[in-house]
Amino acid sequence: MATFQLEFVSPEKLLLSRPVEMATLPAAEGEMGVLPGHSPMIVALRGGVITVREDGKETERLFVAGGFAEVTPTRVTILADEATPVAELSKSDAADRIAAAEAALLEAQDLTPEKREAAMARLLSAKAMLDAAQAA
Amino acid sequence: MASLKDLRLRINSVKSTRKITQAMKMVAAAKLRRAQQRAEAARPYAERMERMLASLGAAVAGQPDAPKLLVGTGADNVHLMVVVSGERGLAGAFNTNVGRFARNRIRELESHGKTVKILAVGRKGATYLRREFGSRFVGEISFASKKVVGFDDAAAVAAQVTEMLEDGAFDVCTLIYNRFKNVISQIPTEQQLIPGAVPEQDEGEAHAGPQALYEYEPAEDEILAALLPQNLAVQVYRAVLETYAGFYGSQMTAMDNATRNAGEMINKLTINYNRTRQANITKELIEIISGAEAV
Repeated sequence: MATFQLEFVSPEKLLLSRPVEMATLPAAEGEMGVLPGHSPMIVALRGGVITVREDGKETERLFVAGGFAEVTPTRVTILADEATPVAELSKSDAADRIAAAEAALLEAQDLTPEKREAAMARLLSAKAMLDAAQAA
Repeated sequence: MASLKDLRLRINSVKSTRKITQAMKMVAAAKLRRAQQRAEAARPYAERMERMLASLGAAVAGQPDAPKLLVGTGADNVHLMVVVSGERGLAGAFNTNVGRFARNRIRELESHGKTVKILAVGRKGATYLRREFGSRFVGEISFASKKVVGFDDAAAVAAQVTEMLEDGAFDVCTLIYNRFKNVISQIPTEQQLIPGAVPEQDEGEAHAGPQALYEYEPAEDEILAALLPQNLAVQVYRAVLETYAGFYGSQMTAMDNATRNAGEMINKLTINYNRTRQANITKELIEIISGAEAV
């Protein structure tokens, strides 16, 4: 099957760079499956799980807390804020994160709408992490 | 002339100094390697980020409501200097160099009537600049208590800068740090962060297809608004990583020199010691012989 180059980088290192058949990204406005030859896009990512398919099988499941992706017909570059393999997620970490995000949201209540939105996004990302941890 | 005992004490003390500097050199070498690896590992992200920013920046350029992080406030009166330096000393002129560079820049700006604000990252640079520019300090961040400085720490610095920009606390932001050229040479460098320069689209990319073909989800300006703070954090992170690599490189060189100097000193002292010892023996012999002759 046709493949495209998937590059997965976090600020601290290059996590993945190899040809894959398909990737599913948690784009800000909904899940998005990418196959080779996808039209060029730049998307923001929310917290969620990225799945990678190679040789007809699902080979990687990685949780990202947020980030960006650049899609071209031959290449997908994912700039993740933070990435962890789903198998290594822990429920208690996720729960801690939700608690911290909820506190931040409360604090942001009387700040600017942008800050409230950022805090909300953080909470949603933390919740997605818990969901992913539970599913694993 | 120093007595034998004094010489012996001095030789011993220089020897133990040499042991310490030698150990510090080895530690610095090991840490340097790790710091270099980390700097290396951070590069792909920065490159990809730059590429994305290039296509986005081109799409948004020229719009009147372009984000402040990209175009600045339009004024040029208040400068924020983010000075990144090491946390520790004993690294030759490393911290002094970046401090002096920053001092010259600040003096120059002030002589042109600009207001300067300083955000010091790293303890040593802060101490250096505080003496002369204490009143210009708006913040001081130290990573001394951290074992490894991660991206989060750099992001916190960037967040502080963004917040100040939103409050209208400065017009131009400049990052000053020691660029890691190689192990023996680190070059104090300044890099303008805000208004940011949109990286040029490189040739190959430009020919691959016009960037207007990109679809954006959500809209360009929203993505850009999220991408720019991240980019700022990446720049700061890179400066911090380079500073650390440079710091250990500089420390290694300094300690290598110190070890060599201590070795030379020991040689000199040992010669001196042996000469004194011989002179003493000769003197004693003469005393004995002349005593025996007198009998």
